[in-house]
Amino acid sequence: MKLALSIWRQDNPKVPGRMVRYDIDGVSEDSSFLEMLDLLNEQLTEKGEEPVAFDSDCREGICGTCGVVINGEAHGPERTTTCQLHMRSFKDGDEIVIEPWRADPFPVIKDLVVDRSAFDRIIAAGGFISANTGSAPDAHATPVPKEHADRAFMAAECIGCGACVAACPNGSGSLFMGAKITHLGELPQGQPERDARVAAMTHQHDAEGFGGCTNLGECTRACPKGIPLNVISQMNADLRHAGYGR
Amino acid sequence: MATSTLPARGDRKVSSSILLKTIMAASGLFFIGYLLLHMYGNLMILSGREAFDEYAHHIRTFGEPMLPEKGLLWVLRIGLLAALVAHVWSGMALWRRARGARSVRYVKKRAGYGNFYAAAMRWGGLALLAFVAFHLMHFTWQTVTIGEAHASPAARVIDSFSHWWGVGIYALAMFFLGMHLLHGIWGAAMTLGLNTSLRRAEQIRLTSIVITTIIVVGFLIPPFAILFGLVD
Repeated sequence: MKLALSIWRQDNPKVPGRMVRYDIDGVSEDSSFLEMLDLLNEQLTEKGEEPVAFDSDCREGICGTCGVVINGEAHGPERTTTCQLHMRSFKDGDEIVIEPWRADPFPVIKDLVVDRSAFDRIIAAGGFISANTGSAPDAHATPVPKEHADRAFMAAECIGCGACVAACPNGSGSLFMGAKITHLGELPQGQPERDARVAAMTHQHDAEGFGGCTNLGECTRACPKGIPLNVISQMNADLRHAGYGR
Repeated sequence: MATSTLPARGDRKVSSSILLKTIMAASGLFFIGYLLLHMYGNLMILSGREAFDEYAHHIRTFGEPMLPEKGLLWVLRIGLLAALVAHVWSGMALWRRARGARSVRYVKKRAGYGNFYAAAMRWGGLALLAFVAFHLMHFTWQTVTIGEAHASPAARVIDSFSHWWGVGIYALAMFFLGMHLLHGIWGAAMTLGLNTSLRRAEQIRLTSIVITTIIVVGFLIPPFAILFGLVD
């Protein structure tokens, strides 16, 4: 395959970036999107140019490290992570625009790499359960109704990649936050800190500079794990129950 | 764990965006209740001039002698004004926050539901605000007249909507209102925490379509009935 790539190049967080065009040939249809970028970087390195910086780790769609906006869509045209997107989803001769997640709370470190520490700080604010350490309790010691367990598992699929923020017209992290809150809120272990959790996490989210949710659903359409929009509604209900943290 | 290369933001005092959304949802639902009453009142014109003038007079004397003249009207007006201020103010605050969350824009933007409604709710909302101002000037303050000035409310309505462009202005406003309601009702239900399952999401979608249709069609019946000469 022959492709015309337009890639966001930015040397560091302090300087403005720009789009740079690269033509690449000999891309296999069976290669992943990241392997295509690897090939580009090999060619750039051979020419003595600076390779394009991008994040990746497991490359099997489970870690949430990779993620770029491809032709205006977070993680590209398929509902999966960028590493699990394959070049057969594109046509020979296609023009592909590659940009980083764009949100002020996710500053660009270099090229396509953004700093998602804001998500870590939201988790640190309340996305955990405080449990005494010791030997693991018996699996049947705390019964969980099936529908609660199912919903908790569904929400726990969130890998924190940040595609929801990238896809949101308001730059909101509500789907990520809703997933964490629903995940812990559906389980008995999450109950003692439920009110404090939603208040602390939503406060941290707003303080980081993320936008508010306007229920448009672009996040759930971009989510590689298919987290449904109702986790946001759950978060709203929980925050009301918590008296808006006042 | 990612290594932070930039100082963390996060100690800023901010009002909860979900609280702002809740204010928008509550004031929006108040508007919907009012719109249904307003629509019902408008439909009185179908029973003729006397019935409509009687209705226009009756809302001024409603609740007498327990309420003073125009008592109910003023309670509604103050409530609506408070809801309007709250709705617009929260909407503007969230709009500003959303712009601040993405100061460097995407080079390539994908057209879709999200980008369309993000603009449609905000700019369309401002268009509705302009329409409300026009509507008050037209029928309440009567500083704008379509056709001629009349003392009878029914005569004002019938004269205004005998002109195709009068109907056009109001039909355009109903188009914006329908768009605003379609996403607004869905959003209000989401914000109030009613969307708890995929099935419930479908029910909310359906409800928003039904309520929007009732309001838009209900408001459009009188102007078109008058334009086509079905009311006298």
